[in-house]
Amino acid sequence: MTRKVVTYTLLTIAVIASLFPFYFMFVSATNSNAEILSSTPLLTFGDRLIHNITQLDKKINILRIMKNSLFITVTYTALAVLFHSMAGYALVKYEFKGKNIFFALIMLTMMIPAQVLYIPLFTLMNSIGMTNTHAAVILPALANAFGVFLMRQNMMNFPTSIIEAARIDGSSEIKTFFKVVLPNMKPALGALSIYMFMAMWNSFMWPLIVLSTKSKYNFPVALATLDGNTWQKDYGVTMLAAAISVIPIMIMFIIGQKQFISGLMGGAVKE
Amino acid sequence: MSVSVKTLEQNAPIKKGVLEKVKKMATVNQKTAPYVFLAPVILIFMVFMVYPIIKSLILCTQTFVNGEYVYVGASNFVKLFKDPIFWKSLSNTFIYLIIQVPIMVFLSLVLAVLLDSKFLKIKGFFRMSLFLPAITALVAYAMIFKLMLNTEYGMVNHFISLLGMDKIDWLNTAWGARMSVIMGITWRWTGYNMIIMIAGLQGIPTELYESAEIDGANHFQKFWGITIPMVKPIILFVAMTSTIGTLQLFDESYILTSGGPDNATITIGHYLYNNGFQFFKFGYASAISYTLVVIIALLSYLQFKVSKGGEV
Repeated sequence: MTRKVVTYTLLTIAVIASLFPFYFMFVSATNSNAEILSSTPLLTFGDRLIHNITQLDKKINILRIMKNSLFITVTYTALAVLFHSMAGYALVKYEFKGKNIFFALIMLTMMIPAQVLYIPLFTLMNSIGMTNTHAAVILPALANAFGVFLMRQNMMNFPTSIIEAARIDGSSEIKTFFKVVLPNMKPALGALSIYMFMAMWNSFMWPLIVLSTKSKYNFPVALATLDGNTWQKDYGVTMLAAAISVIPIMIMFIIGQKQFISGLMGGAVKE
Repeated sequence: MSVSVKTLEQNAPIKKGVLEKVKKMATVNQKTAPYVFLAPVILIFMVFMVYPIIKSLILCTQTFVNGEYVYVGASNFVKLFKDPIFWKSLSNTFIYLIIQVPIMVFLSLVLAVLLDSKFLKIKGFFRMSLFLPAITALVAYAMIFKLMLNTEYGMVNHFISLLGMDKIDWLNTAWGARMSVIMGITWRWTGYNMIIMIAGLQGIPTELYESAEIDGANHFQKFWGITIPMVKPIILFVAMTSTIGTLQLFDESYILTSGGPDNATITIGHYLYNNGFQFFKFGYASAISYTLVVIIALLSYLQFKVSKGGEV
């Protein structure tokens, strides 16, 4: 009995600590700056939501930022899933020269922190005139060893006999991959998609470096600009922007909780 | 006329043969297929991974003089090791490591054990609520924490003064700011690591607990005697990934504390960013980045050794 009480009490405290910042964010998004900065704690929803939305739109053109972030994230996720599953497939289902060395080299890059790459990547993008483009955000992130590793692991479970049967039926190598293998890999592709989507949706440092005009910003970079000058900072507007960046992911998470958690773990945790 | 027709006829079979060969080369067969499938990844890795790694290594030994990069040997590193802000960023990072990683590992393990209780109802709700911080953009959560920790108007100080204590100047004092970063990272990542721990807990055979119960072990004895030793590899895994993550911290330092006050919270990643993209000292920033590589490699090797390759 005491064990039950202790368990529920501790978990409830943890849940409150975990959820309170979200509640605070939503509450602040509906209040004015003066109300947020008042001397009494503000824990109830206000009536300034519409006002904050128009203010936010004046500052960062929220639809444009949403469109930028969606374009970058969806394009990246689609390309990453396609390229990484192709590579994983080749590394498992074919024998060819240099296969093991190639895989070892890709794995070795996992040890390299991304921050090592940013300066040469920036000068490279600069010399080919690609700074301040969404392609410059998307392309370097595709060099992701974890994606290749994950798809390689998943391809190991795909029965080779099915591929051989398709070959005997006269299906070409390319067709076999797209029509036979990929449709059967949906859970793995889903897990990788969630992982890649989240990583790109929240990505900050590289977009901050390579994007230079407001009209190109993704969500995190646009959010950071709102944080700028203290004297003209409007906390209601700032919290509204944070809320808008979190809501799409939150909805996805609540709908597909189990797949989402497993995806964020890179498919490592299955329940 | 007749001559040219004859040559054409003579040439025809050869041409046909070449065409067939070309066609055969162009079609993807079992031999060429792996290269076709790997081509995009190889190309991307060459341009956006291998090239920058090498270029960065070269930049480490160069500096920008009169419009061009010149070789300066190890002087970037010599300067770096005399740079007080670099040492500060390094010690800040290690303060985060030493305080935050153990707290988070402990909290996530305790929460995982609680969530794994058989009698627990609404398990899904608890799990979802505790995991929610892990889906939040680092920039977004750093801004929420910045407002909550505001000295005059922040929610946290409101509660502290309600309890009759003095307000804490969270973001403007060295240790206040460090604690803010530590609280932030703990909030963001504990739920994530908790899920990894739960997966580890579910791998423990229940017979172990049953026989311990027969021997009269209480909850704490079971926790210390069975749970911790059995999930040791997972604990080490979490510690290792958290360590590597901490060494690369940027967003929290940049948004929550702007590295301040007086560089008390600046991280290696943030100092690298300042040098590279505020002062455009590409050579110096590259030297910082490679020092980071060496530190990560050393710490990973150490942890790997300590865990005897994760066997333990």
